[in-house]
Amino acid sequence: MVTLIENLINGLSMGSIYAIIAIGYTMVYGIAKMLNFAHGDIIMVGSYAAFILISTMGLPVPAGILASVVICLCLGILIEKIAYKPLRNAGSPLAVLITAIGVSYFLQNGAMLVFGSNTKSFTSVIPAQIQTLQIGPFQVKGIAVVSILTSLVLVGILQVFINRTRPGQAMLACSQDRAAASLMGISVNNTITLTFAIGSAMAAIAGVLMCSYSPALTPTTGAMPGIKAFTAAVFGGIGSIPGAMVGGLVLGIIEQLSKYYISQQVSDAIVFGVLIVILLVKPTGLFGKVIQEKV
Amino acid sequence: MKERAALIDRTSRNDFVTYGMVLAVFVIVQILSSAGVLTNQLQGLLVPLCVYAIMAVSLNLVVGILGELSIGHAGFMCVGAFVSALFSNQVGDGMPSLLRFVIAILLGGLFAGIFGFLIGVPVLRLNGDYLAIVTLAFGEIIKNIINAIYIGIDGSGLHASLTSANKLVDPESGVILINGPQGITGTPRDSSFLIGIILLLLSLVIALNLTHSRDGRAIMSIRDNHIAAESVGINITKYKLIAFTLSAVIAGFAGALYSHNLATLTATSARFGYNMSIMFLVFVVLGGIGNFRGGIIAAVVLTLIPELLRFLSNYRMLIYAIVLIVMMIISWNPASRAFMEKHKLGSHLFKKNAKAGKEGK
Amino acid sequence: MALLEVNNLAIQFGGLRAVDDFDLTIEKGELYGLIGPNGAGKTTVFNLLTGEYKPNEGIIKLDGTNITGKSPIEINKAGIARTFQNIRLFRQLTVLDNVKVGLHNRYHYSTAASILRLPSYYKVEKEMNEKAYELLKVFSLDRDADTTLASNLPYGAQRKLEIARAMATGPKLLLLDEPAAGMNPNETQELMDTISLIRREFGMTILLIEHDMKLVSGICEKLTVLNFGRILTQGATQEVLTNPEVIRAYLGDD
Repeated sequence: MVTLIENLINGLSMGSIYAIIAIGYTMVYGIAKMLNFAHGDIIMVGSYAAFILISTMGLPVPAGILASVVICLCLGILIEKIAYKPLRNAGSPLAVLITAIGVSYFLQNGAMLVFGSNTKSFTSVIPAQIQTLQIGPFQVKGIAVVSILTSLVLVGILQVFINRTRPGQAMLACSQDRAAASLMGISVNNTITLTFAIGSAMAAIAGVLMCSYSPALTPTTGAMPGIKAFTAAVFGGIGSIPGAMVGGLVLGIIEQLSKYYISQQVSDAIVFGVLIVILLVKPTGLFGKVIQEKV
Repeated sequence: MKERAALIDRTSRNDFVTYGMVLAVFVIVQILSSAGVLTNQLQGLLVPLCVYAIMAVSLNLVVGILGELSIGHAGFMCVGAFVSALFSNQVGDGMPSLLRFVIAILLGGLFAGIFGFLIGVPVLRLNGDYLAIVTLAFGEIIKNIINAIYIGIDGSGLHASLTSANKLVDPESGVILINGPQGITGTPRDSSFLIGIILLLLSLVIALNLTHSRDGRAIMSIRDNHIAAESVGINITKYKLIAFTLSAVIAGFAGALYSHNLATLTATSARFGYNMSIMFLVFVVLGGIGNFRGGIIAAVVLTLIPELLRFLSNYRMLIYAIVLIVMMIISWNPASRAFMEKHKLGSHLFKKNAKAGKEGK
Repeated sequence: MALLEVNNLAIQFGGLRAVDDFDLTIEKGELYGLIGPNGAGKTTVFNLLTGEYKPNEGIIKLDGTNITGKSPIEINKAGIARTFQNIRLFRQLTVLDNVKVGLHNRYHYSTAASILRLPSYYKVEKEMNEKAYELLKVFSLDRDADTTLASNLPYGAQRKLEIARAMATGPKLLLLDEPAAGMNPNETQELMDTISLIRREFGMTILLIEHDMKLVSGICEKLTVLNFGRILTQGATQEVLTNPEVIRAYLGDD
């Protein structure tokens, strides 16, 4: 029983990291209507930035995290402006998808050149005295608690931002009908840029948390979590922020439980298998809207 | 015979240009090879180039003709690779090598097709990005399971395990067929450039003849407007399945060609992961969606670019990425497309793309 | 026996009864009009007849066979073909291929025959081409039909091609959803001629939705007027069009 609960908490914490990444995925999809395959690599850039700033240059942890967030935010805006914006009216969603893949290659190989392909050992941003916590009978990693709290806080802020502020409302409007939003005087370009900025900033935070959780850092660190978070976003119904949150958490728990109770090797297969079953039962994900084509 | 000639005239002249192009490349490579101009590196690339070209044909059938996005085609290739390698390993010298390889290729295609069909039945009713993510998931599952499984055979039959090869089979008579992450070793190196070219032509014949037939029209009508297709009595599920299954069969052929070119076959991400599926998708999109010839050209060009950039050593993949982004922007950006059309600029590839944007052909 | 018999048809979307208590009888060879203000439920009736929507109540019989609740594919095979209000062509296929897709279920050869190019492929393809050109000629669309993409046709020709494609399925009943929408007077006149031609050549029974009163009064023999999902009146064209209730429904109460 104790192990089960400890596993659930570990799953929940990995899940909340997935959730943070998935929210970025889902926001960009909801507003720019594109699958940003490079999103996972922004996580990697954020982790490297934090690693260099904190471990090598000795910046204090909060300043290092903040700087890495700012770096990723700028990177996200830059990528959007240079690579995605020229193709916004290309007429085929595949064109921008392939470009996103190009950006992903670029970031991975750029990191390979700058940082080398050898694995860097990330130092956890969690202070040593709370590396492991004893809560009642349960022994929990400090980073697990921090991850869960961080994701809750971020989702809270995001909900307030979207529902209570003008730029947030503009994002909501663009996600529902870009043309109509534009007619109402909302700048679609600025809104899309803002979305990329927010998504990338969240990816940086996810990167720091992820590398504090498992410290091996390589240029391809972000790829698989990115794909899994994308899966989580689809699982929850792509375009839906609560969906991405729930999808991320569920995915983290399934992954942890199958790693512990079934097999370390096939846990990915199980995670993807559950996704497929969910989609077959509910073809637009847990919180996705069914769009009936009008005849 | 007259109508036969007329039909060939109209629908197939273009196809014969494609076949001719493949044959011409084969002849040129043979000449260069006998003249000793080809480096060892390029020699070694010939079979993989055929594999990638066949994958471009296979994926084009789903993306270009059926109009659905698949990012899991490396999974079908993986099935074909492992099934065919298992067969060849088991048969060993019990059969002439050519016959063994032909059967291995057919088995690879058959099993990949069975997987395509079984996966297609439930998932083809999903649309758009949901279908894409499910195909990605399937590709990852196939790779993940093959990478984790140990299969052995002995007097009492087949045995499988997810943990280890220890005690899997009777040590006297048993053989380990798939050794977990170590995969399959000792597959006969039956693949050759000639067989690769023959397989590529075969895949092209399947894909092009299907496209220009009653079934092909039904498949493309679903792509263009599924509601209208239903209204004229087209069975959507059936034709989606035909396209998807045949595409998987062709991917299985490619897999067999691939596995018989390797001493050790492992189901690693670098070989069969979603990254590979995405690379095939890049071929299809850059070559012009639905344009089989363009897809093959893109496969060859994009495989050769990193090789030709080898002198740049560490920078080559970075430059490859930049080339990819720039090519996509130039060929798909509305303004640059209009500019190119106005000044009749652009290479063959770009023009195909520009056309694809307007007509999707 | 009537070709189409609809009794007590109704469908509900959420709390809204989009079509209610709808009856319709069309005799073989008739040209029947379905009119009514915007949002009256005309296209919904089409979608019910063609199986896009399943009715909550009522029976649809085609030539004596009950087709209620069948799928669009089955209903097309049973003999109803349609066009769409917003044109739905196979845009990236040629004009010829659009019609050949319409012929799909009337000509057969196997997938193997197409991949291996067996003799049956050439034989049946030739028959299909002949049949398709025969149809395209009726609509004067046969010129360059094998090289022109449907999306490159002018608007009026696209509407005609959609009718040709529907005719290719060999229907007993043809449903035209606002065939004259977006056409100029010349094109509308040409369309009226085409519709008359189809009736003459093929003896086709036609049910059409239309807003263009010139077209409706010019060619329809009978009309049903729909308002708020219910039948306002039905009968011979002239009687219906002079009915004060119909005029009120269109122009509103003053």
